[in-house]
Order: sequence, then C-alpha cells, then structure tokens
Amino acid sequence: MAKAKAEKVPQQAVRKKKEKGIPEKYRLFLIALPFLVLVFIFSYLPLYGWRYAFYDYKPPLKLSQCDYVGFKWFTMLFRNKGWVTQIVNVLKNTFAMSGLGILVSVLPVAFAIFLSEIKCKWAKNLIQTLTTLPNFISWVIVYSVAFSLFSTTGMVNSVLTDLGVISAPISFLDSPDHVWLKMCLWGVWKGVGWSSIMYLAAISSCDQELYEAARVDGAGRFRLMWHITLPQLLPTYFVLLMLSVANILSNGMEQYYVFANAFNKDKIQVLDYYVYTISMGGGNTYSLGVAIGILKSIVSVTLLFIVNKISKKVRGESIV
Amino acid sequence: MAKERLVVPAKKKKTRPGDVVFNICNYTFFILFTIMCAFPFYYLIINTISNNDLSNRGLINLIPQGIHFKNYVEVFKIDGFLRSFWISVARTVLGTICTVFASALLGFVFSQQKMWARKFWYRFMVITMYFSAGLIPMYIIILNLKLTNTFWVYIIPAIVQPFNVILVKTFIESLPASLQEAAEIDGAGVLQVFFKIVLPLVTPSLATIAIFAAVGQWNSFQDTMLYITDKSLYSLQYRVYTYINQANSIAMAIKNSGTSNSALINLATQQTPTSIRMSVTVVTVLPILFIYPMFQKHFVKGMMIGAVKG
Repeated sequence: MAKAKAEKVPQQAVRKKKEKGIPEKYRLFLIALPFLVLVFIFSYLPLYGWRYAFYDYKPPLKLSQCDYVGFKWFTMLFRNKGWVTQIVNVLKNTFAMSGLGILVSVLPVAFAIFLSEIKCKWAKNLIQTLTTLPNFISWVIVYSVAFSLFSTTGMVNSVLTDLGVISAPISFLDSPDHVWLKMCLWGVWKGVGWSSIMYLAAISSCDQELYEAARVDGAGRFRLMWHITLPQLLPTYFVLLMLSVANILSNGMEQYYVFANAFNKDKIQVLDYYVYTISMGGGNTYSLGVAIGILKSIVSVTLLFIVNKISKKVRGESIV
Repeated sequence: MAKERLVVPAKKKKTRPGDVVFNICNYTFFILFTIMCAFPFYYLIINTISNNDLSNRGLINLIPQGIHFKNYVEVFKIDGFLRSFWISVARTVLGTICTVFASALLGFVFSQQKMWARKFWYRFMVITMYFSAGLIPMYIIILNLKLTNTFWVYIIPAIVQPFNVILVKTFIESLPASLQEAAEIDGAGVLQVFFKIVLPLVTPSLATIAIFAAVGQWNSFQDTMLYITDKSLYSLQYRVYTYINQANSIAMAIKNSGTSNSALINLATQQTPTSIRMSVTVVTVLPILFIYPMFQKHFVKGMMIGAVKG
C-alpha cells in the first residue's frame, strides 16, 4: 500500500505550489521542536533536580521549606560508619554483578561462532529463534518462571526428591548463597541468544574468500574459527566490552528487585536498587538518593570518556 | 538474507572423524541449550492446561494430563486482571504509534542538511543516551508535571528515543538523495516529502522500531512501580508481579467465593496458588510468544542497521 502511494507522488507534487512564509530551515526546526522540548523536559530538566542533594528534602514539604545542608549528604557517604558499611556492601554487589556480566560477555561470541558451524539451516533457525526468546520476556516473568521451576515446591525440587537425589528441597531462590552467580546465570539465560545475533550478523558478512584461501592452505575447522572468524568479531566485541565497562555502575534494578527477598537481600542489592530502597522504596532519604545518583552519573560519564579515549587509541575510532 | 552466504560453497569434502565428533558435540550443546530456553515456557503452558491437582502436586512435568482451560477463565475473573490487561494493550498500541511516528519524523528532520542548527540539535538529543539524572530527579519531574497516576506517564516520557531516531536517520541517509530532490523540484513541501516520499521508504526500519517499542511497552514494569499507586492503572507486568507474591491469598479468595461451596470440590479445576501463578504468567507471555517468531527476521535486520553508527 505504501509503495503504491510513493509511485503516485510525482504527479501530485507537481500541482502543489511551494508553501510560503517561514523559510524551510526554520520550518524543519519547528517540526522537530515539540520533540526537542520533550527531550529537554525528560532528559535535561531532571538535572536541575540535582539541587535536591544539597537540601534535607522531606517529600510532602516543598523544597523551599526544607533546610539547605550543603555537602552534608556527600560527606556522610564517606564519613558516617553506618552508611559506609552499607555503601561498601552495595558497591561490592554492583561490581560483582557487573564483573561477572563482563566475564560472560564472551559467551555470545562463542555461541555465535559455534552456531555458525551448524550448517543445517532449519536447525540453525530454530535454535536461534528459541534461544532469543527469553530476551523478550520481562524480568517479572523470568522470576515467575524461576519460581515455578526452582522454588522449594518447584519442578526441579520435586523431580530431584522423586528421584531420591535429595531428601530435603534445596532453596535455590531464597538463600544467600551464590546469589551473584545465580543472577549472572539468569542474565546469561535471558541474553546470550540475543546478544549473539549481532555476532552472527558479523560472521555472515565475513569474506568467504578468506575461508577458501585458508582452507586451501590446509587450515582445519578450529583454525578457521580461531584465525578468521574470531578476529572479525573482535571489533564488535571490543565496542560492547568498552560500553559495559562504562556502565559498570548501572546494572538496572528490575532483575534484582523481582528476585530480592529477605534471605538474599544483602547480596542482591546493587546501586540502582539501593538508591530506590533508601528513597522511594521506604527509606525516605531522598536527598541522599539524589547525591548517590549524582556521584554515579559523574563516574559513569568519566568512565565513558576514558573508554572512548582507549577506543580511539586502540581502534582509531570513537565509540560515542 | 544473511544465511545464504553462510552456507559454504558446496564443495564435496570428506568428513573426517574429528568433524563428526565436533558436530555431535556441537549439536548436543545447542540442543541442550535450546531446550533450556524453551522448556520453561512449555512447562508453564502444560501445567496451566492440566489437572490442577496433579499440577499442584508437581506431577506434570512433560505431558499434560486432564486437559481443561478453566484456569484461563478464572484468571480473567481475578479482580483487576482484565483491567490491567487492557491498560497494557492500550499503552503498547499507543506508545508504539507515538514512538514510531516521532522516530520517523525526527529521523527525517535530522537527515535534512537545511535544518537550522541541525548538528547542535542532533547532538542535543543524542547526548541524552549517555547520561541520566537518576531515579529521584526524574520522579520529581513527573510529579511536578502532574503525570503520576495518569495513563500518560506510560506514553509521554517514552516518545523520543534517541537510538531509534539514529536508526531512521541512518536509514534515510542511505536512500538516494535524488528521490527527494525530484519531489522538491516538483514543488513538494517539507511535510509532503516526508509523508509521500520518505515515510513509505523507511517502513523497514520503522517495523524494527515498532517491534522493539511494543515489546518494551508490554514488558515495562518499573514505571508502574515508581509512578502509579492507583490500582486501576496498573500495567499487566506489575499486576502479575503482585499476583505472584500473593498467589496463595488469591487462590483462597477464589475458593471462598461461592462457586465451590458445594460438598464436591472439583480438585481438577480448583484454583491453586500454582495454577494462578502460572496462568497469569502464560497470559502475559503469550502475546510475545505468538508475535515474536513472525518478527524475528526484523530483529536481525534491525540489529544490522543499528550496527551502522549514526
């Protein structure tokens, strides 16, 4: 339908006279303006909210009715014993989760390389479709799935009990053990198929002559994978690696929020989740939350600059 | 499109034993992983259509037994579920339309060299991908705009997504410029060029954006959690989250709600916490399970376009 329209255009366009009035360059700008206003409101205006970090903000009150406290919250983060222990613990979790995330970021690369070794087309398509699926499921549903399978009454426990492998159900979800690893594995389950798509695309655009040439020279399958496929994926991997380094402090909160419970709370609380907990999630220390947010943004932007510099050095091309 | 090239030119080479072993291992790994990805969904579905008593006792693992669909009927009777379902449908439809339209229009405008201060405004938008003011400042803005506890909080903040705009802009720039020039010589104005020439041509990238936006809207959970306290505006995902945590009490409520007061309680269709939990999950996942395979090609295409830097 759309194509038919496009073909009719010339005749119609001839009849239309050029609109008068505002010059075209401003007209283009005016078209974009409403959207730019939205960008301003929802991305720039919140920055003005950073001033809340310098007050003792207590929500029903207006900011003007609250005390100005200067850098109290920032110094408290580094001086107050109670807060410091909490923050250290939270940072430990954050770095552990992000670190594991970075470690497993090689998995999609391997996944793509080995998947491309499967020559049966329909099998490959089927695998790709089914392994990408979890990426499109929200964390809430992942949690529900996890609950059905791994809760103390879930499938895994009941099957293991029936088989006589275990006598008492294992609490996979509500225990403080291996929380980091479990969260990481859920991330892998959800993301590996999807992340590999980009690498698969890169593999499919590889020059086939390279493979031919190498094969003529007597290279086996593994050598092709190692010396030809892998090097072609490294640039993409590098960019994604750098970006995940820059995002090391922001692992989001949805996953951790849905999986959190009284047992694993200490191990699962990452920075984003923590900010929520101490402010809107009942803690009511809004100003401290803003202060942490500010520090986090500063660190993230700095990291991004550094990473960009590294990228320029290594690849001669910037990421941002 | 990519797949054709992957097939190595059909050169008859002898399969060596090493290759056979490799293939067996490779296939085994992928089959196992694929089962790991797909089985949980299969497990949920067979359990929701099976005899609830058996399912509750954990006896349904591979094959459904005592098939019935009463769980789904009951699920929609749970207080607020249908309402949330429609809220999610509405936000998905409206949110997707808005994002797609905004991305197309902005992508087009930013592809026009003539635009006033184009570079500046483009950077003004793109830069927002790399910083965020944080949770609370955003909340305060939403609060001051009186968007909390309104449906619009789902739509308005998500309209402009810089990444999507880049996607469209890149795509438009790859189109031959002569098309637009010809239309302009014929006297077409800016909006005419957009609606009649550019819009029909960028539909592939708009399809990609639409799918991502729709999945994002459908799956969105955090915005309800942060900005909505009015239960009638809960999105499905948030509702499901609360149900999962309250499955026991819901099952009790249904049990006590009259229909099963008779001496003979039909255990096979009696709602249990498990059946409720699984049924709401399946209802939430099903739209994606259906739509997803149809659009898988677009994802791949979209990723490839997205891989080109804007």
